[in-house]
Amino acid sequence: MISFDGARAVAAMTANRAIGAAIRRTGRGGGTAFPGMVATRIAPDLLDQLAARLPQGAIVVAGTNGKTTTTRLLSDALTHAGMGVVHNRTGSNLVRGITGAFADQMPIAGSGPDIGVIEADENAFPEVVRRARPKVILLLNLFRDQLDRYGELETVASIWRPVIQTLDPETTLCVNADDPRLAWLAEESPARVVRFGLTTEGGGLPEMPHAADAAYCPVCGARFDYDAIYLSHLGAWRCPSCERERPELDLALSRVVPDGFERQTLTLRGWPHVEGVDLNLAVPGLYNAYNALAVAAAAHALGLPVEALGAATADFQPAFGRLERVDLAGRELTLTLAKNPTGFNEVLRMLNGAQPGSGFDGTVVIGINDLDADGRDVSWLWDVDFEVLAERQLPLVAAGIRGHDLALRMAYAGLDPCRLDARVAGEPFERVVEHLIQTTPPGGRVFVLLTYTAMLQLRAALAERGVVEPFWEQ
Amino acid sequence: MDLRIGWLYGHEMNIYGDRGNVLALLHRARGRGLEAAVEVLGVGDAFEPERYDVLFWGGGQDREQISVSADLMGAKGRDLKAAIGGGMPMLAICGGYQLLGDGYRPYEGDMLPGIHALDITSEAGPTRFIGNVVVDSPEFGALVGFENHSGLTFLGPEVEPLGRVRVGHGNNGRDGFEGARYRNTIGCYMHGALLPKNPQVTDWLIGTALERKGGAAALPPLPDDVESTAHDAVVKRALQLGR
Repeated sequence: MISFDGARAVAAMTANRAIGAAIRRTGRGGGTAFPGMVATRIAPDLLDQLAARLPQGAIVVAGTNGKTTTTRLLSDALTHAGMGVVHNRTGSNLVRGITGAFADQMPIAGSGPDIGVIEADENAFPEVVRRARPKVILLLNLFRDQLDRYGELETVASIWRPVIQTLDPETTLCVNADDPRLAWLAEESPARVVRFGLTTEGGGLPEMPHAADAAYCPVCGARFDYDAIYLSHLGAWRCPSCERERPELDLALSRVVPDGFERQTLTLRGWPHVEGVDLNLAVPGLYNAYNALAVAAAAHALGLPVEALGAATADFQPAFGRLERVDLAGRELTLTLAKNPTGFNEVLRMLNGAQPGSGFDGTVVIGINDLDADGRDVSWLWDVDFEVLAERQLPLVAAGIRGHDLALRMAYAGLDPCRLDARVAGEPFERVVEHLIQTTPPGGRVFVLLTYTAMLQLRAALAERGVVEPFWEQ
Repeated sequence: MDLRIGWLYGHEMNIYGDRGNVLALLHRARGRGLEAAVEVLGVGDAFEPERYDVLFWGGGQDREQISVSADLMGAKGRDLKAAIGGGMPMLAICGGYQLLGDGYRPYEGDMLPGIHALDITSEAGPTRFIGNVVVDSPEFGALVGFENHSGLTFLGPEVEPLGRVRVGHGNNGRDGFEGARYRNTIGCYMHGALLPKNPQVTDWLIGTALERKGGAAALPPLPDDVESTAHDAVVKRALQLGR
């Protein structure tokens, strides 16, 4: 017998599918947010109903940076462990987008996927948790995001706090304890807590980057001391005043070794055994090492075999626009998206290489747009440590609507004017693509770092030339 | 000759890229062969005004602004006020600008007191002003920046506005003015950062600082194609997007 709510759910799922299919036929994208919105109009609690059907429950992943990569890697690990996974893989991470993805991937009736992986927007997090009632919550980090859109970090922490404080004790909360704000939130939770972080020797930062936040104790207001700073404000922190410090870690990476510019080897301690196991990860960058560690914490909480995790990290295919490789008429382009100052800092650090000789060699293109989805304010360019890039004096092409702001930032960072090419700054990305073909010899390598809409525009220009798929799922 | 820059509350109040102002002062001072250095002054640090040739103070989050306001309630605030009254070249943005005046009155709770160095007062406003700004200054010409504030600032008779708003909202969205000028101090809401794209202001701060040390206020010119191209691009963008 189908209940009234059940009937509404069927109608909502049917509508979701019909609209999604229609959108995909027009070639305008993956199409989950709009159909999801219609579906949630018809059945407002559709996500609650669908999540309740999952035998292994749901996992909700939140944080300012790394959500898409983390959920994809987690979803791959679950698949390797033999589970059927429903996941808002396109990165549409508000309630309507998540609902749309679930309604699309789950059968209207009968048995479906075993487990749900949900990437949740910071502001949508409380509602997503309330509706999906996850068995595992994974909190990655809280970095300064686009402030003109999201408000201040304290606001995000304050909307998360009541959720964390009222979790069911059966829930497992996995937190990055290197982030003092998250470690503090977890202290107040009745849930079972799994804490992860880094314990690597060396490879840390000499000082806190300028873009970093949360260098102050959220409890007593004193400035933290760090035994090691790994990334932005993440590290082994200690409050000199109230003597709070990074809690003991359940899972840690004790070693992160780059394997050329393309891969890295991570030593994971604490699971499956204390001495450690090596994981090979098919993407570079310390931020990706953190993402893999977060996935390990969730995999541990879910009781997956570590082999499933290892298989997922070794074969990992990053999402579109996250270190994606593209062949442009014989030139090798690597495309990467950065959405906030910490994202930029980490990509620049990766370009430099963790060890001498492991850095990128070629032309760097940086494209900065100032549309709504990028953040209208580009002041943050002055918070990013472009000096680390300027030091190597790689040739740089400034692009995007605010390309001239970037050119000025690079000039003040110390880039030699003869290395700075602002000829296509402010021009459409079709021009940027032409310019790259004209100025880069065949076989040349180009690293392209872009804000969100700059990525959409560049991909559209590349799609015109048939070198990438015509639409881009985030 | 050297130039010592005092960066007030550079750790506590450093949002929206205001650090770019310090980078601009360094870049254009070093371009003139000056030995330029920055010292960051934090909560609890002693302030010796005679150590500095120019001061910068940026915007911050609410929480940090409260501890900074408290830090200035004694001799430190009085010394800073005296330095400004004595003609110290200074740039203050957003939260720093507000605290140079009588203070900031939030919707609820007590007034966050300032140091009364500038005849301005600020209060919480009903909306947040966010967007590119173009301000026409009689002294500096067209200035570009990015405003992001819900505080409203009103000028008293002892200060002049920095300029008239061409695009954006400015001090309070009502009187058409942005920023305040008093002696050698400039306060305003313009992030962006302000100085890199408005090098005439950077040079005025450096020149004024050198003049006070017995040097010449007129600086040898520096190439500024990259600065002026970025400036003009923002004017165009701001006009295109409008208010």
